[in-house]
Amino acid sequence: MATDNLIEITDVNFAYDRRPILTGINMAIPRGKVVAIMGISGSGKTTLLRLIGGVMKPGQGQVKVDGRLVNELDQDGIYRMRRRMGMLFQFGALFTDLSVFDNVAFQMREHTHLPERIIRDLVMMKLHAVGLRGAHRLMPSQLSGGMARRVALARAIALDPMLIMYDEPFTGLDPISLGVIRNLIRRLNDALGATSIVVTHDVEETLELVDYVYYVSDGKIVAHGTPGDMRAATDPLVHQFMHGEADGPVPFQYPSANYAKDLKLEAHNA
Amino acid sequence: MPERAVISVRRIGHVTIEGVLRLGYAARFITLTLLHSGTSFRRLRLVIRELYFTGVLSLIIILVSGLFVGMVLGLQGFQTLQTYGSESALGVLVALSLVRELGPVVSALLFASRAGSAMTAEIGLMKATEQLSAMEMMAVDPIARVVAPRFWAGVISMPLLAAMFSAMGVFGGYLVGVVLIGVDEGSFWSQMQNAVDFREDILNGVIKSFVFGVAVTWIALFEGYDAPPTAEGVSGATTRTVVTSSLAVLGLDFILTSFMFRGA
Repeated sequence: MATDNLIEITDVNFAYDRRPILTGINMAIPRGKVVAIMGISGSGKTTLLRLIGGVMKPGQGQVKVDGRLVNELDQDGIYRMRRRMGMLFQFGALFTDLSVFDNVAFQMREHTHLPERIIRDLVMMKLHAVGLRGAHRLMPSQLSGGMARRVALARAIALDPMLIMYDEPFTGLDPISLGVIRNLIRRLNDALGATSIVVTHDVEETLELVDYVYYVSDGKIVAHGTPGDMRAATDPLVHQFMHGEADGPVPFQYPSANYAKDLKLEAHNA
Repeated sequence: MPERAVISVRRIGHVTIEGVLRLGYAARFITLTLLHSGTSFRRLRLVIRELYFTGVLSLIIILVSGLFVGMVLGLQGFQTLQTYGSESALGVLVALSLVRELGPVVSALLFASRAGSAMTAEIGLMKATEQLSAMEMMAVDPIARVVAPRFWAGVISMPLLAAMFSAMGVFGGYLVGVVLIGVDEGSFWSQMQNAVDFREDILNGVIKSFVFGVAVTWIALFEGYDAPPTAEGVSGATTRTVVTSSLAVLGLDFILTSFMFRGA
């Protein structure tokens, strides 16, 4: 039974080598929406994406994608599910030995029996959607960071996925490329009738783009709401993050010994 | 003092467990590679592409080295045989040393440093730049798509390269022995034809290079696939590929030789 939520995560705990990464995660991602998972580096955001993609299995709890329990799927089931997902990696992760065209055609050739003529038309359409039809002959090494990210986006949507996941899509981009990617995320989501999850720590770009935000800290969801809710949040942790303050609940100093003791001033003063 | 002893014993235990674990991973890796080889045979284009990179691009170093090794054999062999007045057996000496030992062994060592290191670096970097993860997220198994074609390309090209090394070496021996020094051409070739047995010498040489091909390619691919996804990790893995596979080739050669040529 299809529900209104494409993804439902219930009471998920996940530990890596007995070190807890995620605890008590509950999350619902409605169909057709662009949802952000935000938080500082190392808060467990990317792990959440991996759980949804079935790369890792939760120690406890349920991850449901399109009504199916990911933790109960076997390898074939997970691969079948992934054919309906697209993922944009942080730096694109284009196959460096294949041209732009072959990168976008990769999944079509692997998973379909379409004739090469039709694959060509489809690839050109996908590349046109990200504005890089003219670059189809180039190799990944000849692309700028922003272009590579766009090609990777065209590759992610090659099979018209129901879910598109973005892992830090804005990292290291110039303002123009950043604007292009931001617009593409929204446009492609709406045009394909897909659902998108954006894992990011770029506040301004994200709040302008998404419909809903989950804020993750230390492996827990500490706040969620619309971008407006998040801007107005009074929780000190969320406030510090949203306004980029250097010190606050997340301290500026890495936990360390007494400063005077480290400088060996105690003996001197005594 | 006893604390120190405990620490050393613990370290030995740790290193041993790590070693056994890695061996287990490597065994699992080769099993998966073999199980997922179907794609490589259904889509031969994937293997042919890798054959070009591992085999064809290694040709220059293999042929040039073969020529020089053969020339040195011709020179040294002639000087020793001359002492006993049996220069006419120079062809036999050159051919047997190459076909039985030097061809398979030296070409495998060259193959490890030329193609093996490249395979490790390529796969390690694919992992570090998330290309392997991306492939998995696209529901394509990297073992079937990336590893298996390279494995078969390595296994197929190794005996062919060894054969070309030996052929080039025989030619080098001929150049020095017959053309330069003046050993009788007829006895050089006819004695060689009489003494070299197809099954005993050539086939055993081919079997050796096939085994070396499996070992070198397996080590190179595993090291790449298992490399920590950092610059340091990939460079360490590349070094380990060359060191481990060279030692494996030499060790395996001794074992194979002791089974193949028992006082025959």
